[in-house]
Amino acid sequence: MDRERLIDLMGEIIPDEKRILTDQADLYSYSYDASFGFFVPDIVVQPKATEEVAKVMKLANQFEIPVYPRGQGTSLSGGPLPVKGGIVLDLSRWDQNLEIDSEDMVAIVSPGVITGNINAKAMEKGLIYPPDPSSSNIATIGGNLAENAGGPRGLKYGVTKDYVIGLEVVTPEGEIIRTGGRTVKNVTGYDLTKLIVGSEGTLGVITEAILRLYPKPASTQTLMALFDDLVDSGRAISKVLNSGILPAKMEIMDQASIQAVEAYRPLGLPTDVEALILIELDGHPMAIADEMLKVQEVCKEVGVREVKVAATSEEAEKLWRARKLVSPAIVRVKPTKISEDATVPRSKIPAMFQRLKEIKDKYNLDLVVFGHAGDGNLHPNIIADKRNQEEMKRVEMAVEEIFTAAIELGGTLSGEHGIGTMKAPFMEMELGEVGLDMMKRIKQSWDPKNILNPGKIFPEIGQRLVLTDE
Amino acid sequence: MSKTNLAYQETFDCVQCGYCLPACPTYKTMGKETHSPRGRINLVKMAAEGKISLSELEGPIDLCLGCRACETACPTNVQYGKILESAKEVLQEDRRNRMPKRVKMFQSFFFNRVLPSDTVLTMAGAGLSFYQKSGLQKATRKLGILKQFPENIASFEKILPEVAGPIRTKSRVQRAPVQEVPTYSVGFFTGCIMNTMFSSINALSIKLLEAAGCEVKVIKEQTCCGALQNHSGETKITKELAKKNIEAFEKYQFDFVVNSIGGCGAMLVEYDHLLADEPEWAERAKNFARKNVDISVLLSNLPLPFKNEIRKTVTYQPSCHMTNVQKRTNEPLELLKSIPGITYKEIPEKDMCCGSAGIYNIVNYHESMDILDDKMEQVKKVKPEIIVTTNPGCHLQMKLGVEREGQSENVQVVHLVELLAKSCEINV
Repeated sequence: MDRERLIDLMGEIIPDEKRILTDQADLYSYSYDASFGFFVPDIVVQPKATEEVAKVMKLANQFEIPVYPRGQGTSLSGGPLPVKGGIVLDLSRWDQNLEIDSEDMVAIVSPGVITGNINAKAMEKGLIYPPDPSSSNIATIGGNLAENAGGPRGLKYGVTKDYVIGLEVVTPEGEIIRTGGRTVKNVTGYDLTKLIVGSEGTLGVITEAILRLYPKPASTQTLMALFDDLVDSGRAISKVLNSGILPAKMEIMDQASIQAVEAYRPLGLPTDVEALILIELDGHPMAIADEMLKVQEVCKEVGVREVKVAATSEEAEKLWRARKLVSPAIVRVKPTKISEDATVPRSKIPAMFQRLKEIKDKYNLDLVVFGHAGDGNLHPNIIADKRNQEEMKRVEMAVEEIFTAAIELGGTLSGEHGIGTMKAPFMEMELGEVGLDMMKRIKQSWDPKNILNPGKIFPEIGQRLVLTDE
Repeated sequence: MSKTNLAYQETFDCVQCGYCLPACPTYKTMGKETHSPRGRINLVKMAAEGKISLSELEGPIDLCLGCRACETACPTNVQYGKILESAKEVLQEDRRNRMPKRVKMFQSFFFNRVLPSDTVLTMAGAGLSFYQKSGLQKATRKLGILKQFPENIASFEKILPEVAGPIRTKSRVQRAPVQEVPTYSVGFFTGCIMNTMFSSINALSIKLLEAAGCEVKVIKEQTCCGALQNHSGETKITKELAKKNIEAFEKYQFDFVVNSIGGCGAMLVEYDHLLADEPEWAERAKNFARKNVDISVLLSNLPLPFKNEIRKTVTYQPSCHMTNVQKRTNEPLELLKSIPGITYKEIPEKDMCCGSAGIYNIVNYHESMDILDDKMEQVKKVKPEIIVTTNPGCHLQMKLGVEREGQSENVQVVHLVELLAKSCEINV
């Protein structure tokens, strides 16, 4: 169908012409996300009602036009990229509904609500929404649901999928369905809720979600532990978790990230240690005071160099500053950041660090490692310059090896960022031919015309990871 | 001037993480990526690569407030200000080539002659003062003559400050009495608009500094800071003004150069960026920039002779250029809170721009009013009796906001300096 006709037909669905974007400047503004790749759509629409989404899907189905649901475009895996042109469905303006029901302990939200706002509003009623991806103040809940986002608190509280009990979904054929409901227990039929969560916008468009909330912990405490030896830090992580304590967060920074932070904004961290661990405990103040002593004991047993316990919340904030400064610190020398989230079983963290070091040396790249140590979800970050094609080729090879290493160690390609376009070529390596085929069959039965977010998750024949502009 | 003058290399510093989105007022009110910092950086890159034309870049860049809240939010230190200014300069050059001669002459007259000229501005100030004092203003309001003006000009007429008039404007520029042992020697930067429309604030600022033990001088050689010219892409004029100011203040041995204008202050502390690629000026600019501080920075460290309690609920609308460019967030707030008797209440999302942004509210009136209405929604939540600002643009805009809400009777808008002076019983 020609573009003019598409714009006309869209005008019949979306009553407010301001929510239909067709200018060149607008189209170029929806051509990217926080990952790699650049694809200009034909039109961008900003629906604010389930009916509007259903009608857009019906139209798209009739004329076989690809549709890409999008939140605020913070995806690190290419989830919302309009790789085959067509319609970008910008759901970020649809943030009107955010209801906290403290009796049922649920939140009912429209897809464009900012994730952090759900937690903030729940806190007013003594509740929390635990998933806390670092982009939670920017990203929409719709995007978090589609990508099954995680975050530091995943160690104790799990990730997005553990909090979704009901959804309203528009199917690729434009039908409206509801999955799950408002009860924690619900075993009626297949669990379509969990199928949709993490399906990266390939099976349906989420138009409303019912999320579980938890009671807010009475207090939190933070500890920083510095280790001369990376292997010791790995042992400390395992030992703490085996001592009957489940911290809310357990983050690790390697020597390269500590050095980068110190070079950027000196916090007085020793730069000769191999690892730094940050632990946050939450719960009843007396319980965590006791647990804090135990954590220190365990760290000493494995030979920690130094332990710092924050006495006040300001001091805790100061300790966490180290972790927050990693991002700005590492892009000082070169601007392009390739952030991976390959995840390994907890016991394999030291082995993974070793493999990452070998990869770094082999390809002569700036590679730093930090991330969620408690659940094995490391973030190897390669710092490069997009304008240097030769370097980017080495990055591509290194990334491939990182994925291989994670899978060989019994881990996974992605802990929390999603597959999107970036990791699609490696899917079969993890899932096997039949495993991948079963997923494809699900996709085909939900979306027979393959119009909803095509080009994601499933590799095309011969598809490889490409980080250069070719 | 061509596309090659866009700050193209700087756009690569943006990793497109989107952390700037919630900080951007125009993204919030206009509701699309095109009007976000990440969007604008990408469009500058696209224009530099020739993928979109300059005319497609124009709207998104013109509608940027330049509040630079995105720089504060950015986790990777992208120099948005530099990218924006490069785009403004390129667009201005492009427009100049297309502009009717008449408009060209007016712009050049306004930026080159009017703003930097004390005489012309004083005369304009005199006109304004006459308009207000003569009863003409009242008559005009009654007759509804203003209805014939476009809405934007008419709106501002209501909220114009009472101008001191030319005589007081002149008498204000006095040499301060020498203190026994002055704490600091201060050169006072008057600012051109401030000195005309808000000359009483300058006068109070000087008296407060003196009361706090400083020796203050107002030197004649100073000129316009160049901020408005710079925001309009007139880099050449800005640089000339910067050099004049640097030269002027270099002749004296001041500890600090102090101003009471968030916007000018932001320009002055960035002279070093502006002149970074001119070897004979770079170091001098750096020294000058280092000496420049907002009045709140000095006063918050010096004892003030407070006399009266001000028993009011007060809130503070920080100026973006104070927060995001000068990076002075604590000083004005601590100073405000130190006034005896006041109850301070914080506006939710106080760091969001009010929509004033230099001449943005005149040029992009409707967009600015959308931003202002959002701001007033937040202001209403704390029910202030007084709104404190530190910049004339914000001052006028907040007054307009109060007027739009029909709250002029109940809510006062003042400069921080005015409130301090009141509590210290200092008068013009």
